[in-house]
Formats: sequence, structure tokens, C-alpha cells
Amino acid sequence: MSEATLPHEMPSVYEPSLFGTYSKKIGMWLFLMSDSLTFGALLYAYSYGRISTPNWPTPFHSESIVNATIMTAFLLTSSLTMVLAVRASTEGNAKAQRLWLLATMACGMGFVLLHGREWSKLIAEGLTLPVFPKPPGGETASEFVNVSKTVPQFAATFFGLTGMHMLHVTLGVVYLGIVALRRYFIPILLVFWLAAWLGTPAYSPFHYGAHVLLLAAIVCSIILWLKPKVYDSSDVEVAGLYWHFVDLVWMFIFPLVYLMSAKIL
Amino acid sequence: MATREFAAHDAHVHAAPTSWIRKYVFSLDHKVIGIQYFFLALTAVFVGMFLSLLMRIHLIWPAAALPLLGEIKPETYLTLLTMHGTIMVFFVLTTAPQGGFGNYFLPIQIGAPDMAFPVLNMLSFWVTALAFVVMLSAFFVVGGAPLHGWTGYPPLSALPAAGPGEALGADLWVISIALFCLGALMSALNFITTTLDMRAKGMTLMRMPLTCWAWFITAILGLLAFGVLLSAGILLLLDRNAGTSFFVPLVTINGQLTGHRGGSPLLWQHLFWFFGHPEVYIAILPAMGLCSQLLSVFSRKPIFGYKAMVYAMLSIGFLGFMVWGHHMFMSGMSPYTAFAFSVMTMAIGVPSAIKTFNWLGTIWKGRIRFTSPMLFALGFVSLFISGGISGPFLAQPVLDIQLHDTYFVVGHFHLIMGVASIFGIFAATYYWFPKMFGRMMNEGMARWHFFITLIGTYAIFMPMHYLGMAAHLRRYSQLTELKYLHGLVPLQEFMTYAAFVTIAGQFLFLFNLFWSMKFGEKATDNPWEATTLEWTTATPPPHDNFGGHIPVVYNGPYEYSVPGAPRDFIMQTDPAILKAH
Repeated sequence: MSEATLPHEMPSVYEPSLFGTYSKKIGMWLFLMSDSLTFGALLYAYSYGRISTPNWPTPFHSESIVNATIMTAFLLTSSLTMVLAVRASTEGNAKAQRLWLLATMACGMGFVLLHGREWSKLIAEGLTLPVFPKPPGGETASEFVNVSKTVPQFAATFFGLTGMHMLHVTLGVVYLGIVALRRYFIPILLVFWLAAWLGTPAYSPFHYGAHVLLLAAIVCSIILWLKPKVYDSSDVEVAGLYWHFVDLVWMFIFPLVYLMSAKIL
Repeated sequence: MATREFAAHDAHVHAAPTSWIRKYVFSLDHKVIGIQYFFLALTAVFVGMFLSLLMRIHLIWPAAALPLLGEIKPETYLTLLTMHGTIMVFFVLTTAPQGGFGNYFLPIQIGAPDMAFPVLNMLSFWVTALAFVVMLSAFFVVGGAPLHGWTGYPPLSALPAAGPGEALGADLWVISIALFCLGALMSALNFITTTLDMRAKGMTLMRMPLTCWAWFITAILGLLAFGVLLSAGILLLLDRNAGTSFFVPLVTINGQLTGHRGGSPLLWQHLFWFFGHPEVYIAILPAMGLCSQLLSVFSRKPIFGYKAMVYAMLSIGFLGFMVWGHHMFMSGMSPYTAFAFSVMTMAIGVPSAIKTFNWLGTIWKGRIRFTSPMLFALGFVSLFISGGISGPFLAQPVLDIQLHDTYFVVGHFHLIMGVASIFGIFAATYYWFPKMFGRMMNEGMARWHFFITLIGTYAIFMPMHYLGMAAHLRRYSQLTELKYLHGLVPLQEFMTYAAFVTIAGQFLFLFNLFWSMKFGEKATDNPWEATTLEWTTATPPPHDNFGGHIPVVYNGPYEYSVPGAPRDFIMQTDPAILKAH
């Protein structure tokens, strides 16, 4: 797929672009560069906390690790379906493109749901932040209660890093939804918002976190109002860049946050 | 893949809006957005200046009862200091040269009809404007605005109980900074893509005016730096509201444990200054580019060492990411680390000196026209040298430990980062005002403004170096409480009087700006006889900048006094030079 040999029917009025590709793609690469520094700063904060804290706990039992591995599988599968969506779009196969995009979104949602379940379980077992309300039933005598008390950095970095990543996956699903279904995705997004808001108990962080979806729906509506256009294959490719990047970030978070804090270590 | 359609460039063109609100408020036109940024920065600079005036008054008359505001309390002094710094650094020095003039003139100077992503451009302005409103609202909430300084060092900034203004006011401060980061990131990637993708035929990278190079490099710095500040801001917000302890160790307030433990304030310092030092260059690089442009235009000579200027700016930008530790010499870092940061810092002196000598080489034996933009460009060089020369002193860890928390640092960064960049903004305003508003600014008022500001700022900030060497602490307002400061009070009084005069001079500028919009002399299309593309189009430029076509470029931007040419300048779009050779 050599983009240096673009078919231009008319001679361009511009100097050839430095990277021989279209603006949107360059813009996305630049955004990813800056986003990698945002995540880099978070990972730096995590390493800083971990190195400067004596007796960093390694409390994740096999159940968490298995769950995180399944989540990883979901994300890796979603990268494959994303590639297939990009291929379908370059072949001009609109139906296959939409189906593969929806499959990618389904994998992404599976990841978020599993992750949410994992968070809720850990919070119930006592790995929590002071801001999270106490789940009913009181604290169990788990070692997570002890970890939260003795090394608050552990919960802070865990929820901070994975939360930021979860936000990126969620916004990625919204982004793909807009590319696949355009304005028809807005009502679906509102349904998701209501389902997430009403379907989670009030003590769950996702009860309030669900409002991210409402905010996303508002911002997407504004953007679609400003730029009511038909998305073409380049939009699928650019969305794919974002999606693969979010996968890549997980490939750092999974070993650094989960595997390095597994019980066997 | 031959079936793929790349309607890349066509997508940039959008029709001229017809409704008032899409034309002047939610406009996609980079020129309107540039003017919006300019007025945002103008509002911010007067707010910031007013705060500094209150600080200067409090320093020498601590018990004075001011009309409406009453007596300024010591903690209010810290609030003023914090908000002055934050507003000036973010909403003036970052916003005006890049968001304002960059937005307006980068597309025109490279021959593009608009930025690469007009919608993103509009969003970045409105996010920045929202950030400014949130920042100002901190003044009006319970407890008032925060007092942790523009650097926001924890634990002070992380603990709502740490002082008045550290509750809701500090939350608003952090949220405003995070919003500003988002706006700056959107704007940065737009600038970079525009420069890479939308240069007119013949406008090779090495034919770009140095202003464009400066905006381009500034955007790269912004792209890499603001993402880190965004992360730091999010973590600070978590520390403040979610009970985490990224930046807070075990601390007590009035003997009470705060509930935080295990964090490190140094982590914030690293993250903040990894952003903070490039931020200094984000503020000064556009002024450097503009100054290079103006010295060449008004000396009627090509810029001295065009390529050297480009490489110098690139290396300043690159080295800017390697030196953040020199803000942290006081943090107890290893002397070996300090040494490394110190060497890297002094290395920045090399490209800076290259630029300075090239500026002097440019005006050397030139036929100088002392117009108001030229005066401000010369003033910039003067301030850049005066402020820069104290840099190598502060880059020495041994000297810095003595000077760090004194007025020496205040004098240093105000001259080089503050006033020098402001001189760049003034020069840009006087230079481009005719193109933006179709009229010339009044030259007499401009000259008065220049001399008052130049002499006034030197009178304010030069004495600070002496105060610093006499160990006068900064961020400290109770001058009468400490005996060893008594001898320095007359100097402080002199600086306050100088500030009164300088600030009065700025109202002359404000008056000139609005008066000239209405009553200024009508400007021709190329009043300064300059060569770059913005002077080839109508005044003010039409919606698509060049009236339905994209210019073709044949020459570099600094073809002045070319032997054999009919005029002493050759436009970039002028093919005549090809025939002459």
C-alpha cells in the first residue's frame, strides 16, 4: 500500500506532503505521539511510586490474572477485526466494513465490561480509593484491605492507569461507532449511557463514570452538526490507528500493572 | 489500492459562512480565530497586569486600604502572585504569539486557504476560552483563588485544607490548566499538519519565513509538553479529590494527619518541569522568529544565516526537553545529576548566541527603517541579551542554590520570558495590524509606547538582580518584618513607581489599537515593502486568503536589496528573479 504513488487526477496546488499521505492521518499520528507522552507520564508516575515504596505488594491472585488475560485476548482480537475493517474499506465493501467495525466495538465493549467487573470485585474485596463509596456488606477480611491501608500507592496507580486506559477504550468505541453508523450512533450511545447509569448501583464508580458517555454524545453531536459528512475509507484507517494505539498501551499496562504484581512474584 | 480516494486537500476548503454567529463567533476561518485568540490574550494581559500592580502596591504600602478591595492580606499577595503567573504564562505568552498571530498568519505565509483542520481549530479556541473563564472564576468562589504559585507545587497545591483558596479555587485552577492543555494540544497538531501538508507550490521548507519555522517548532514543543502536564494535572486532581497520594507524603496540618502517605512532591516537580521548561521556549520561539523577520524587512537586507537560524531554533527546541532538572537544583538532587542538567543548560547558550549574532549580522550596515515594529524587534534583541545573560549564572548548581529563591530569578525570567516575548507580541501587533484591520497604527503613539515600555521594564526588572544578590526572598511580601531588607525598600519603591509609569504606557497602546481600528490611516496591501505572501493578498485578506487561487512561490522570503532588481525587494511570488539570473 504505497501512498507515495497517490493517483492525483489534477496536479496538486501544494508542495508534496513531507510524509506522502493525507492530513487526517498525520494529525492522528501527531495526536498519538502526544497521547503516548500522556501515558508515558502516568507510567513514569507508577514506576516512581513503585521504586520509592519499600515492600511493594503483589496481591493479584490467579483469578485476576486469568480475567486480565481474557481482556487482553479481547483487545488483540479487536485489533484483528479492525485490520479487517480497514481492508474492507479499501476494497469499497461498505457492508463488510460496517460489520467488522461493529465486531471491533463488541470486543472493545467486552473488554470494558470485564474490566468493570474486575474493578467492582476488587473494590468489594477492599482494594479501593478513599473517594469510592463503601460497597454494602462491609469489608471482607481480604489482604486487599491491608494493601489499601499500608501502600495507598498501589490502589492509586492501579486505578489511575487502568482508569485512563479504560477511558481511552470507551472513547475508542464511541469513535468507531460514529465512523460506522454516523449520526445513527448518537441514540444508541444515549441508550448505552442510560443502561450504564441505571444498571450500576450507586456505590459503584461506574454509576457516575457513565456520564462520560453522555458527554461524548454531546460532543459528537456538536462535531457532526459542524461537519455533516460521509465518512470514507481514510476515516476507517485513521480510527484504526487510534484503536491499535490503545491496544498497544494495554500491552504495557498488562505486564507492568498485572503480571508484575501477581501473587507468585 | 488504486481505488482509494484521497480527497485530502480538497477537504480543507470550506465555504464562506453567511450567518453572523458562524462568521464572528463560531467561525472556522483561521483569521477570525486568530483575532479571537488575540483579544483573549489582550483581556488576559490586562487582568494579569492589574494583579501585578496590586502586588507592587502591597509590597511598599502593606497597610494601604485600596478602593473596593480594601487592605491586601499577605495570603492575598500569594493569590495575586499565583494568578498573575498563571494568567500571563498560559493565557498571554502561550496564547497570543502562537494562537493569535500564528493562527492568522501561518496559513497565509505558506500560501494555504486555511488550517488543515478548521473545526479542530475552532474547538481549540473555545476550549482555551473556557479554560480562561474557569481560571477567572477561581477569584469568585468561597476562599478565593489558590496561592500555590503558577508552578503548583504539592503538598500545598494538593491539600484543600492547606490554605485559603486551596479548596474550590485550586480545583478550578487545575481544571483550567487541564482544559488549556487540551486546547493547546489540538492547536499544536493542527499547526504541524498545516505546515507539513499545505505549503503552496514552490514553498519548500527552506523557503518558509522564519516566523513559520518558529510556529512550527513551537507547535512540536507544545505537542510533546502539554500531554505531560495534562497527566500531571489529572494526578493532582485525583490527589485533591479522590484521596490518592501521588504527590503527597505523610504530612500534618495543624497537628492533624491529612490521610495522605507515601507520595512524592518531587514526582510533580519532574512532570511539571518536563513541561515547564519547553513552555519557556513555547513563549519565546515565536518572538524569535518574528524578530528575525522584522530585522530583515526593516534593514532591507537578507537575514544573516537563514539555515543557521532554523537549525538553532531546532536545537533550542530539542535541548529544551533535556534541561528540566535545572529548576530543581534545590530539591536535593544528586550533584552528578545536577552537573548533567547544568551542562545541557549551558549548551543552550550556543544556539541562542548563534541567533543573537545573526540578528546583529542582519542589521549590520543595513539601511534601517526605524518604524515601530522595528523598534520593538530591536527592543526584543536587547531584552533577550539582558535576560539571557543571567541564564548561565542560574545554570550553575552552586550559584543557583544561593540565587534560586530570590528576586534574581524573578528578574531573569521576567526579562527573557516575560517582557521579551511581550515585545515580540507588540512588534507583531504593529507589524500585522495593517493586514488584519486594514489601517495603520498611529506611529507617534507607538513610539511613545515603545520608549516608555523599554525604559520602564528595565527600571522594574533590572534592580531585581541586585535584590536577588542581596538575598531578598521572592514570593515574600512582608518587607518591613525583616531587618536585613530595610535597606532594600527604596529600591522596591523605585520599582513600584516604574511599574505605575509602565502600566500607564500600556493604556496608550490600548487606546492606539482601538483608535487606529476606526481612525487610522488606510493601509495599502504592502505598507512595509515586505516579501512574504501575506503582503501579496488584499487587505484584509478574503475568506480563502488569496481570492480563489493558491499562489506559486519562486523565491526565498528574504530577497532584499538584490543587485540588479528593479526594487529593493523581490516578492516570494515574483518570478522575475528567475529571468535575472
